[in-house]
Amino acid sequence: MSNMNLTLKIWRQNGPDDKGKMVEYKVSDISEHMSFLEMMDVLNEQLIAKGEDPVAFDHDCREGICGMCSMFINGEAHGPDRAITTCQLHMRTFNDGDTIYIEPWRAKAFPVIKDLMVDRSAFDRIQHAGGYISVNTSGNTQDANALPIAKAAADEAMDAATCIGCGACVATCKNSSAMLFVGAKVSQYALLPQGQVEAAERVKNMVEQMDLEGFGNCTNTGACEVECPKGISLENIARMNRELFKSMVAG
Amino acid sequence: MSASASIFQSSIAKKYWMAISGLFLMIFLLQHFAINFLSVISPDLFNEVSHFMGTNPLVQFGLQPVLMFGVIYHLAMGIRLDMQNRAARPTKYAYEKPGESSTWMSRNMIITGLTIFAFLGLHFYDFWIPEITTKYVAGDISGLNAHGEYRYFEELVHKMSDPIRVGIYCVSFVLLALHLMHGFQSAFQSIGARVGKYKNLIIGLGKAYAIAVPAGFIVIALFHLITH
Ligand code: SF4
Ligand code: FES
Repeated sequence: MSNMNLTLKIWRQNGPDDKGKMVEYKVSDISEHMSFLEMMDVLNEQLIAKGEDPVAFDHDCREGICGMCSMFINGEAHGPDRAITTCQLHMRTFNDGDTIYIEPWRAKAFPVIKDLMVDRSAFDRIQHAGGYISVNTSGNTQDANALPIAKAAADEAMDAATCIGCGACVATCKNSSAMLFVGAKVSQYALLPQGQVEAAERVKNMVEQMDLEGFGNCTNTGACEVECPKGISLENIARMNRELFKSMVAG
Repeated sequence: MSASASIFQSSIAKKYWMAISGLFLMIFLLQHFAINFLSVISPDLFNEVSHFMGTNPLVQFGLQPVLMFGVIYHLAMGIRLDMQNRAARPTKYAYEKPGESSTWMSRNMIITGLTIFAFLGLHFYDFWIPEITTKYVAGDISGLNAHGEYRYFEELVHKMSDPIRVGIYCVSFVLLALHLMHGFQSAFQSIGARVGKYKNLIIGLGKAYAIAVPAGFIVIALFHLITH
């Protein structure tokens, strides 16, 4: 396949208080082997050469681990492919002559900082509310393997723990709900013996913080699960619902 | 947040109540269907059961208010949640492809739900208001017509002889089917039960219920339209 010429429609917003609008750009000679972010780099070099403001977007690892590269591409979080982040999206999923819409995550709880960058610190505050276990790390920490853990539970906890906090679930949910993220974070501890001690407080506090941040309510549409780059399953939400119920019954 | 407050207030607690009221309404619907079905197989039996349901104090003053509350609660909470959910995304996307990741039914519960509620208005006008007027305003709880026979089957047949009315009923049942397609399994997900080995069973049962029950109501309505 030869290189591609593309039309990009990108959300430009100067700062949190700017109104913002979609702006059209052209990029040419894009290789199918490029990642989506490399294509964005080409555009930004072009803009810098012309003395214009480059498009601000978040990125760090560029290998699907950090969860920074939040972009809503052609109507889908992280673009058309499945189980990947934007940095893992190849330009070969597009065709010469395509128009590509690129927008920031949209949620009241994720305000735009600039262009495609959003403030996801709401996730950090949910984590601070309970996404941890309390252990004494003063030098005599117990060996993790001293506690026997069933293989199935360990595997499931590991699956939940692969959530990278990217926010695609919120971006894709019609309700901007954060339930998949919080469900994963609650589950990774709920499945392990180390998580039991603070289980009731954890789920209550994390759900309370989630609600305070202004995320919407889950209506079980399941869109989050489809768009999640790490394949976090809806079962984690069901588990969180059970955990919260247990915590309420236990008082 | 105290535990007692959180039972009603957290976003997840609202899901529990939506699920519980929804499950309750699904059980009600099943018994309503069973009684209606009697009208196809035996008008006499239908009359007797209708009279029992219409005059038994436990049903009338115990279950009926619970049902009313269930309907209104499910509706009011559904509207409230929908408004909160819209507010959670003040700026919309310029380009969305929601069909890639979720079903139409799951995204449009408010539309199917409100249509079903509008249908309930007609249904109340057709059956419930006349029934309540006869029994509690006119004070006639005999359940008999002028010829001294039970009036229930005759009234049903009378209403179902109007093709336009039957048409509206049928359309509403299609919307109900769409609502239940998502609603059944969603209720189990909300209470944390749509998991592991039960997941496929619940999804399968949900589809069967969502299709069979509304289709059954449609068949009953058409049966009376055609045979009378
Ligand atoms: S659950 Fe998936 S989509 Fe949501 S933050 Fe975690 S990795 Fe991203
Ligand atoms: S840049 Fe780190 S996940 Fe994409």
